[in-house]
Amino acid sequence: MTITLEQLPVGGQGYVRTLPTGGNLRRRLLDFGMIEGTAIHCIHRSRGPILFAFRGTMLAFRREDCRRITVEVLP
Amino acid sequence: MKRVVLAGNPNVGKSTLFNALTGGRQHTGNWPGKTVAMAEGSYTYKGSTYALIDLPGTYSLISRSPEEAVAEEFLRSEEVDCAIVVCDCTCLERSLILPLQIMTICPRVLICLNLLDEAQRAGIQPDPKRLSTELGIPVVTTCAPDRIGTDRLLETVRAICDGFMPPHIPSGMLHGNTEQESDEIARSFAKRAEKLADIAVMGRTNTKPPSFTQRLDRVVLHRVWGFGIMGLLLLGVLWLTIIGANYPSQGLQWLFDRLGQLLGRLMTNAPPWFSGLLLDGIYATVTRVIAVMLPPMAIFFPLFTLLEDFGYLPRMAFLLDEPFRRCGVCGKQALTMCMGFGCNAAGVTGCRIISSPRERIIAIVTNTFVPCNGRFPALILLISIGFGTTSGFLQAAILLTFLLLSVYMTLIASRLLHKCTARDESYPFILELPPYRRPRILPVLLRSVKERTLLILGRAILAAAPAGLLLWLLANLSPNGQPLLQSISAVLDTPAGWLGLNGSILLAFFLGSPANELVLPILIMILTAASGFGQESAIGEILLQHGWSFRLSLCTMLFFLFHWPCLTTLITIYRETRSFRWTLISALLPTAFGVVLCLLVALLLP
Repeated sequence: MTITLEQLPVGGQGYVRTLPTGGNLRRRLLDFGMIEGTAIHCIHRSRGPILFAFRGTMLAFRREDCRRITVEVLP
Repeated sequence: MKRVVLAGNPNVGKSTLFNALTGGRQHTGNWPGKTVAMAEGSYTYKGSTYALIDLPGTYSLISRSPEEAVAEEFLRSEEVDCAIVVCDCTCLERSLILPLQIMTICPRVLICLNLLDEAQRAGIQPDPKRLSTELGIPVVTTCAPDRIGTDRLLETVRAICDGFMPPHIPSGMLHGNTEQESDEIARSFAKRAEKLADIAVMGRTNTKPPSFTQRLDRVVLHRVWGFGIMGLLLLGVLWLTIIGANYPSQGLQWLFDRLGQLLGRLMTNAPPWFSGLLLDGIYATVTRVIAVMLPPMAIFFPLFTLLEDFGYLPRMAFLLDEPFRRCGVCGKQALTMCMGFGCNAAGVTGCRIISSPRERIIAIVTNTFVPCNGRFPALILLISIGFGTTSGFLQAAILLTFLLLSVYMTLIASRLLHKCTARDESYPFILELPPYRRPRILPVLLRSVKERTLLILGRAILAAAPAGLLLWLLANLSPNGQPLLQSISAVLDTPAGWLGLNGSILLAFFLGSPANELVLPILIMILTAASGFGQESAIGEILLQHGWSFRLSLCTMLFFLFHWPCLTTLITIYRETRSFRWTLISALLPTAFGVVLCLLVALLLP
């Protein structure tokens, strides 16, 4: 099942399916080694940014940015 | 001299390694992306001297941010004899991307796997030999704070520089000709790093942070408790600073007074105008600035640096991003604001952590909206006079109200600037939360005193000396039978009256521009027609004798919160923005806020 990164629940794990097309966000994500197939966990949600862990690092993204990334989760 | 470059991701202990090798001065923060400017140092090993250049911490070289461009240009240059790429053992998957990229443009590369202790605690066992065989370049492991492995590192650097190790041939494939090609190259780096980490790490590979960090974050980032903890921490830091700075300040002042008397005796033969100018003018002002500024900064900055080293500050940015986002800026501005509570000049410099140029300018311009250490004691004194309360709790509550007002005004000003400035490319807000680390107390103390406190104090003294001269001249020259100080304040009485202030106060604000700490002492000088600074303790009584009212207190406090930044801060703003226009706006905007608020109070409270 494919959802956006914003919909990934706390404790859930997904595999990145698509990155945003173009722009600074896409380039910055590639900097951090986020590519199609990267495993990503949702660690914490707040009213604002959401905290994720992937490749041994914790990174927070804003919701509007999360909506531009899709992940594959096991049903 | 051989030139050695230190590269690596932010927050992998690169600066600590730099310090361990050079014994030099370089701030090491737990804040990702701290080192924006390049630091240089040197060390001697087996008779040869090596220049060590600390590149800005970057995650990669492909997205061409200013820091990355600097790093890439440097690594491509012929002058580099050896590049050390520092990696974080605990997340090799991510940190191996950068060395792979550097290998494509630089022939002499060595990988340094740092934070070995942290990795071992997490059950991660990297295999440097295996990694070295796979990559064809030397790999060493270190634990920088304890200097473990640094000898091995230095020996390897020497071998590379002296040509004992054959350089590899860089492929040059770092950027593609088209967007797709670049993407493909970026992907290949990530995939290769993933594979290498798989091969070279024994034990469990982990994608999740250490469990201690996770457990603590559940509370620290909680949507209710998180804010409570943040408030308590900030109040605690401010409280310790205000309480703790009191006695050392008095001690320093006493010491400087004695020294001044001694100097006065030495100058008995000099003409009175000369000793007056030098001692009552310059010496008195400069020492007053040192006595009131040094102790609070020497307490505030180490405490702040401790929080930084522990890894708390990025968490604060995480919590506060939402309210700041609504005003068109980002949560990192909250951190620069907090630093502004210590010193606005430091806060302005701290704005380097904000990647969007537009948001960075907004953060710089609005930084003086929060009161710095120099304004706190004055605010507290004015609260006790104006509100006629001696209850410590009530005073603290009133002070807190004023602080909240300043934060609120910061948000309003940020929003205003956001509306008025041109939209730039969108910079995504990506915040790395490093694992919590145990801060090392002594190095923190030394570092923050050396790098923040002394630097700012130096600039403050530069600004205070000429101001002391001017002040003395105004107090002692009396062309019309009345000292200039009093004549000018009489002229200023009318415009100041509209703001609910009086001429003496407004003049004190003007003359106190070098440092906000000077405003009240100068006011006393004007009121008592004295030619030098009086006793600090008597300020309250003198003000009350001169008909100090609630309305006057309130307006003075508002103007204290919102007026032009001190000279030290203005100089810093110019250095950071390199723009005369933004420096001017930084002076005018808070003043405009102060004028409007004071006008309102003056109109509402007749």
